[in-house]
Amino acid sequence: MADLVKFTIDGREIEAAAGTLVIEAAKKNGIEIPSFCYYEGLSLQAACRMCLVEVEKMPKMQVACTLPVGAGMVVRTDTEQVRKARKTTLEFLLVNHPLDCPVCDKGGECELQDMVFKYGAGESRFTETKMHVDEQQWSPVVFYDGPRCILCFRCVRACEEGMGVAALGVVNRGAQSLIAPNHGDHLECDECGQCIDICPVGALTSGAYRYQTRPWEMEHVGTICTHCSDGCKTTLGVRGDEIMRGNNRDRSGVNGEFLCAKGRYAYDFYNHAERIQSPMVRVGGKLEPVSWSKALELVARKFGEIRSRSGEIGVIGSSHTTNEENYYLQKFARQGLNTNNIDHHRTGDVVTLVDALSGTTGQLATTQDLYEKKAFLVIGADLALEHPFLSYQIRASFRHHAAHVYTVTAEKVREDDYAVRSVRKAAGTELEALEDLRAALAAEPELVILFGDAVKGDGVRKLVEFGQSLGTAVKYCALVDYANSRGAIDMGLVPELLPGYQASGKSGLSVKEMLASQTLEALWVVGANPLKSGPLASKKTFVVVQDMFLTETAQRADVVLPAASAYEKSGTVTNVCGEVQRLTRAVTAVGAKTDLEIIGLIAKEMSLAATVGPWSSETVYNEIRKTVKGYNIPLAMLAVQAQQTAPVNGRVAVESRPDLIHSAHDGLFTSGTLGRYSKILNSVMESRKETVTA
Amino acid sequence: MTFSPELEARFEKFLAKYPADRKRSAVIPMLIYGQDEVGAITDELINEVAKRTGATPLQVTEVVGFYSMLHRKPQGKYHVQVCTNISCLLVGGAELWEQACKKTGLGHKETSKDGLISLEEVECMGACSWAPAVQVNYDFYHDVTPEQLDKLIDGLAAGKKPEQIAEVTKVSC
Repeated sequence: MADLVKFTIDGREIEAAAGTLVIEAAKKNGIEIPSFCYYEGLSLQAACRMCLVEVEKMPKMQVACTLPVGAGMVVRTDTEQVRKARKTTLEFLLVNHPLDCPVCDKGGECELQDMVFKYGAGESRFTETKMHVDEQQWSPVVFYDGPRCILCFRCVRACEEGMGVAALGVVNRGAQSLIAPNHGDHLECDECGQCIDICPVGALTSGAYRYQTRPWEMEHVGTICTHCSDGCKTTLGVRGDEIMRGNNRDRSGVNGEFLCAKGRYAYDFYNHAERIQSPMVRVGGKLEPVSWSKALELVARKFGEIRSRSGEIGVIGSSHTTNEENYYLQKFARQGLNTNNIDHHRTGDVVTLVDALSGTTGQLATTQDLYEKKAFLVIGADLALEHPFLSYQIRASFRHHAAHVYTVTAEKVREDDYAVRSVRKAAGTELEALEDLRAALAAEPELVILFGDAVKGDGVRKLVEFGQSLGTAVKYCALVDYANSRGAIDMGLVPELLPGYQASGKSGLSVKEMLASQTLEALWVVGANPLKSGPLASKKTFVVVQDMFLTETAQRADVVLPAASAYEKSGTVTNVCGEVQRLTRAVTAVGAKTDLEIIGLIAKEMSLAATVGPWSSETVYNEIRKTVKGYNIPLAMLAVQAQQTAPVNGRVAVESRPDLIHSAHDGLFTSGTLGRYSKILNSVMESRKETVTA
Repeated sequence: MTFSPELEARFEKFLAKYPADRKRSAVIPMLIYGQDEVGAITDELINEVAKRTGATPLQVTEVVGFYSMLHRKPQGKYHVQVCTNISCLLVGGAELWEQACKKTGLGHKETSKDGLISLEEVECMGACSWAPAVQVNYDFYHDVTPEQLDKLIDGLAAGKKPEQIAEVTKVSC
């Protein structure tokens, strides 16, 4: 901790660490110094001149955003001169600003508008013609309106520093300055939309949201993004049961204000024209819409018959459904259908990791660790594409804490740009690089190791052995693919494990074995698309599918039950770092029901309601709290912030199945089957490029 | 993109002059000498400079937009630059500029149809002691009067080389 410095702001005695900026010290003490270009976490710019303050013994006013506090400094933020400076600065900023607030997207949540109301002049002395440049579209999601721009350069810095993309620049100079995209008239970037979010005015607007609504017409619902496993909170702007936008300006959630293209735009699958809105039953080879009661009755009758003669039933769960739904599904399968034939698409070897860490505590990394720790080893994953938020955290740690980053990957990754060492190793052989890195890694007092699906089974044990032998503080993160991939394992959606990594006794069939089984009488697929990669071996299997779309699997189904999306339900999900977070329902599903309710209704129809219990997500969560180790967290606490779970602290009695672990390595613009139904993800040109090279 | 051996050698020198992680420092000199040889800052030149200095093409474009002496469009064979900053202005710089426009029929940053002469109103070029000053390509003309300017332009238009026009004082740098 740096030495404390004493000084005064507006007559108040204040203490702050040496090196603290006046603007920050003032903010911490409840004194607001207005600014546009100053942005916490980004480099200093001192461009907007809005934060001018008087400092005693300094001949001119000073910019508070670049002025470090000094002992005995006397700062005044509320004098006639300061007020006049703010007013004049605003008058200058408005010289070429079009003042089209009534039609501007930002109107109502615009920093310039707020500042003018608070500090500005109602009238301008400027009578010359305003400069005008036409609006430009840089990508399907990014539009730039030059005249509105006040040249704070937040977007340029957020893109270069925060994202490591540097797709934006400033051309020309002085009043003619304009923000420019990296490829002539268009952007080639991550399409994350951070630049739009961070823009204090309406200069950068979102193709998905512009001219659709006003901020005050929406309800803002904080929920968790349903795409990758990073677990970013996205705040959905909802107007009349329609999602208008996604952002996270209140910085709540593990991700602060970060969101990638998926969290910001890819909610748009929810009202896709191909959403299934009615249950369907196969009649004469074709799927025909039927009532819920008919469909449920058929499912219950078939399941009941097969169960009564102990026929083979397989259940495949999802990496997107909630913990409650996963828990409820496995309970139904095990206690209702008397089978351990329950599995899901496994994407990372969490099982071996928790087993290898048996007896230790606090060695599973949190998303916050990825910002706070000073060294990172990334193995076999292109983080910037596959886990954009984790990558963002590590990049921020590099910028703010000079973190050392080591990468061991098959191809060049974005982390290489600032890594202290990058090693190229073919997929599957990454661990060979460890010994070479030993000396360097052992010199790091703290380290987080992140690994993809290339490291599994014995590989994980070898990696943990290596990490523990360094003799330093090492944390681990096993990368998994989807929003609740981690929760699916924690909740026992695997044949060999019950919730909380307890052995199930007699293991059942894996996904692969179910699909290959000639004797499988029924297959129940909840929110997954296993038949994407190949047909079901048995032609006679009775297939029930709960999904939002007619996926390859749903097309083979005998009964299709329309399911609600993550944005249409409440519950909890667990991210890649084991942090449990709450989903909050944003819109109402039309024609569809939540998977929890569907499972409950099938149970009721089969007279199994007493066995599986009620289908209220709170009730199921309370059962999870009691039965799944590490999950004993009151819901009220989750409402405040994410809580990391430690699902097991002891040996896991069964071996994981590394042969069944395959990550899809989805990039920024793909997201399994779900991503195919997002118009925006498919409209950005980068996604086409990705498809071509893939 | 390839350049003359002389320019290539010059670029080599620039790039060797700065530390390995500061190669971008060579962007400005490379652009100005590249412009002299290519005739303008073309997209191709921007990409080439970006490639050689490790900058992104956008970063080089930012520099080009900032400096008024870097031109995206080709200039005339003789680029006539008239200073109208304070020292020149006080002793007739504005009149000189008006005369230049009238004489050539060109405006600020315009080029004659035959590509011979282009005109630009420029900021201070450090010739205040001999104001008003005019610069043609890299040559300075001091204490220029409107009559001398006419003769200079007539001479250039008649195909004379600047050094063959005796009426004006030329100082080569």
